[in-house]
Amino acid sequence: MIDFFILMKQELVIMIIIFALLIIKIISDRSNEWILNMVNFLLLINFAAGFFFGKEGMLFNDMFRTTPLTVLEKNILSLGILIISLQSYSWLKNHKHVLEFYILLLSTLLGMFFMISSGNLLMFYLGLELSTIPLAAAANFDLQKKKSSEAAMKLIISSAFSSGLLLFGISLIYGTTGTLTFTDITPHITNNPLQIFAFILLLAGFAFKISVVPFHLWTADVYEGAPVAVTSYLSVISKGAVLFVFVSVLYTVFKPLSHSWYNMLFLLSALTILIGNLFAIRQNNIKRFLAFSSIAQVGFILVGITGSSQLAETSVVYFVLIYIFSNLAAFGVVSLVSAVTGKENISDYKNFYKTNPALSWVLTIALFSLAGVPPTAGFFGKFFLLMSGAGKGNYILITIAALNMIISFYYYLRIVKAIFMDANEHPIEKLFIPTYPKMAMYICVGGIVFTGLLSYVYEFIQSLVPGV
Amino acid sequence: MSSIPLTHILFLSTALFFIGMYGLFTRRNLISMLMSIELILNSVNINFVAFNKYLYADKLDGIFFAIFIIAIAAAEAAVAIAIIINLYRSHRSIDVEDATEMRY
Repeated sequence: MIDFFILMKQELVIMIIIFALLIIKIISDRSNEWILNMVNFLLLINFAAGFFFGKEGMLFNDMFRTTPLTVLEKNILSLGILIISLQSYSWLKNHKHVLEFYILLLSTLLGMFFMISSGNLLMFYLGLELSTIPLAAAANFDLQKKKSSEAAMKLIISSAFSSGLLLFGISLIYGTTGTLTFTDITPHITNNPLQIFAFILLLAGFAFKISVVPFHLWTADVYEGAPVAVTSYLSVISKGAVLFVFVSVLYTVFKPLSHSWYNMLFLLSALTILIGNLFAIRQNNIKRFLAFSSIAQVGFILVGITGSSQLAETSVVYFVLIYIFSNLAAFGVVSLVSAVTGKENISDYKNFYKTNPALSWVLTIALFSLAGVPPTAGFFGKFFLLMSGAGKGNYILITIAALNMIISFYYYLRIVKAIFMDANEHPIEKLFIPTYPKMAMYICVGGIVFTGLLSYVYEFIQSLVPGV
Repeated sequence: MSSIPLTHILFLSTALFFIGMYGLFTRRNLISMLMSIELILNSVNINFVAFNKYLYADKLDGIFFAIFIIAIAAAEAAVAIAIIINLYRSHRSIDVEDATEMRY
């Protein structure tokens, strides 16, 4: 009995927080300030609780599994949602529906936790839906804005379609193997054409969620229209969760098909990096720009995934951790600027350094890390991804990825140039940074610097990843 | 009594899946697009129930999966319709061609 509580501790903590928030919504009438303090404290507890009472095991007839790796992945996501919550302080301070926002966000986090822990296709599907449906409602959170409702519409239609594709794939896998449990499916997977078709449908469903190129068309519109907090959540947390599951499903369940999916991933990753980069060059809105840059980053992650080794899985988890820090640092500055001044264009950032030196440095470090400039963590993350991709000896793919890194330098450094060098008569005025966003920025910058320099982090992740 | 072979049912479900896909790509009214998505989900349900009855009748995995899909499709439709109503309030239309605030 006690095992049940320990194995599901992270999910149970989130559930308790959700119910607590619902009850507070009903019975009390506190100010936003009080609510935000309390929620941030609860999220801190949630993050801290992940480190105690680790245990390994299965629950519910192998539907739910907990390993040290899933615990670590959930901790990474908890840290991410804590940072996002701290950052959205300036936006939520004056919003009418603060509690509902947190309830929606935490329900999606619960869905992601179940998805990461799933040992069965039914559990996986339920987790996936729980993590996408509330997110569409959250994308509509600026109820008055036209863009926000359009973004939510695009998100719900495309995610419903993608889960339809995924389900058709799952049904064919069920038809050919007769089981839904991951461990029982693997021995039944052969190179049978129906199973390859089913796998392609599953891959398309996954690719929609992590916005790999032929399925990326919703990304930029949704990122631009949704509130910045939801955008950062979509680009970091939900993508990271689906990536974790994608890697483990590919490496365990579909291991017998590894020759077929290697070629698919080769094509998809090359396309994703190239198109993400080329579209990022021509963007003016900074949220759209970050959307396309995040598509390109997913392409690099796919290069790492093609390696299919223990090194590859380690480098994916490591890169997602770094990506959370660097992307959230960038989004933190963007959300602060957009909440106070409403400006979201890259040209508005010209001469930003003159008025806001601290924010400029945070944004610059974040962009350096996203581009992969050596002292920051982003360099090490990309280096390990490319190294694990090179393990297969496919040097064409590595060359494409390396050349695209040069293109990505151009557009990331273009913003740095705008911040420090371009002349501007009317730069954004000096912004006051409240305590919570400031804390979030310290965490992000600290993470960017230290996860790269301390090799302990990488070795710790590697010790948790099972050998393939 | 001769029963219907499995292939007939699979043909039906695959046809339904692609009709749904075609409808999603060609229809411009959001409610019709939602109906097309329901068609896709129902084709999956037929698949699950048929596989369960014809091939793996000793366990009930497929039937349960179908029940869960029905429940989740209802939840998805509820959220989607709420979003569509909000879109109608701001755009005065539920045609996707009119929702073009953002483009490349």
